[in-house]
Amino acid sequence: MGVISRLTSYFLLPISNLYNPKSPYLCDQTERRKLEEIKALVQKEIRLEWRQRYALNGMLLYVVSTVIICYLSFNLQRNQLNKATWNALFWIILLFTSVSAIAKSFVQERPGRLLYYYTLASPQGIILAKILYNAGLMLILSGLGFGFYALVMGNPVEDGLLFVGNVLLGAVGFSSTLTMIAGIAAKAQNNGTLMAVLSFPVVLPMLLMLIKISKNALDGLDRSASQDEVVTLLAINAIVLALSYILFPYLWRS
Amino acid sequence: MSTKLSWWKWLCVAMLAYVVTAGFLLGVPRQPILNETVRNLYFHVPMWFAMLFILAASVVYSVKYLRHPSPALDDKAVSTAHVGILFGVLGIVTGSLWAKFTWGDWWINDPKLNGSAVGLLIYFAYLVLRDSFEDEQQRGRIAAVYNIFAFAALIPLLIVLPRLTDSLHPGNGGNPGFKVYDVDYRMILVFYPAVVGWILLSVWIAELNVRLRRVSRALDEATAERPATGEEVKRQV
Repeated sequence: MGVISRLTSYFLLPISNLYNPKSPYLCDQTERRKLEEIKALVQKEIRLEWRQRYALNGMLLYVVSTVIICYLSFNLQRNQLNKATWNALFWIILLFTSVSAIAKSFVQERPGRLLYYYTLASPQGIILAKILYNAGLMLILSGLGFGFYALVMGNPVEDGLLFVGNVLLGAVGFSSTLTMIAGIAAKAQNNGTLMAVLSFPVVLPMLLMLIKISKNALDGLDRSASQDEVVTLLAINAIVLALSYILFPYLWRS
Repeated sequence: MSTKLSWWKWLCVAMLAYVVTAGFLLGVPRQPILNETVRNLYFHVPMWFAMLFILAASVVYSVKYLRHPSPALDDKAVSTAHVGILFGVLGIVTGSLWAKFTWGDWWINDPKLNGSAVGLLIYFAYLVLRDSFEDEQQRGRIAAVYNIFAFAALIPLLIVLPRLTDSLHPGNGGNPGFKVYDVDYRMILVFYPAVVGWILLSVWIAELNVRLRRVSRALDEATAERPATGEEVKRQV
């Protein structure tokens, strides 16, 4: 127990002190400037989204209408809808929502303005801010999606905490993978198709893990049964984040 | 230009000739369901080794390209990716044949099989991505970025995920894998040369592909530089 608390204080204290300007852990000036840059960029994204509210409302409506389509399509057999189908349907809805929500994260802004950001901020700051912002957006969308889906399709989840945690992991994972892919697809001409073609196979390992964990949560299995999957999911997330961080500057330059 | 082949190409020819003859003629252990199909080990498994090898080479060229962009490096990256796709398709075809005779169906719902199919989808998407750019430099850079991304997605699909779930495929989901003591020494005598031989063949094909691209690039530049002939002008009008 002592080892664990020492470890957590060692790793978590610096994180909790990130935004504290007097933090002893952040004596490096450039590090702090980077964090402030990310903060400013995230705020910019949120403000931009709030000004063009039609995009946000459009995405919310997208989730709701997809759920309604599923509900009406399964209308006759609602009672026969088994857990596996419920689960697969839920994740397919979330996947399509996130692809269409994140696809616009680079096309929404005009090329001239992107060039302007290029002169102001570092590419690493931009990709991290986009990923963070998209993760937040996905959290809202998937939260709303889950609520509405459970309302109309019934809620067979037995281990609620694991399920919600899994949805959170999924939102962060989708946003980190799809933001990078959206950056790639935005450079090409036939954007919409390319986004789907590039992202579906890449996001699939993550989706399979998510479906597996949420099936475990649906069946109320012991938490230890999902341990391997959670670790793999975190590892995939870490790889994708690291790659985005390293590769985005090259993408940005063109 | 001399027509002499380098030593490793002779080695490749010799090894593959040995693998094909010895693979079909030498004795193999009698296994209940496998029977004679066990000889597919010399073809199916090395295909994946060669694919991973050549795709890893492609990633190396992509990284090099991002550091110092040049058309030659882009040629190498895309040629190796093409050959990787070819070997992946061959791996799926040989695997499908094997599945038909041992598991009873051309395709079964198995994580290893599905993973390899999705892995190929990722690389087909790479080809589509390349074709959607006009500008050569932009195409090279963005394709290189996606290539590195794709390889990182391929590794969990082929190597990590199948080991986490139940799988019929040997070496996964608790099944006995391909281990040295499982395999008869007669098979090892053919299997290792097969791995080396097929990898060398993949390198050889990639090299030819690179040269073909270099020639067609030079031809393109030559036609672009010289004034159009009367025939071409007439055709354009």
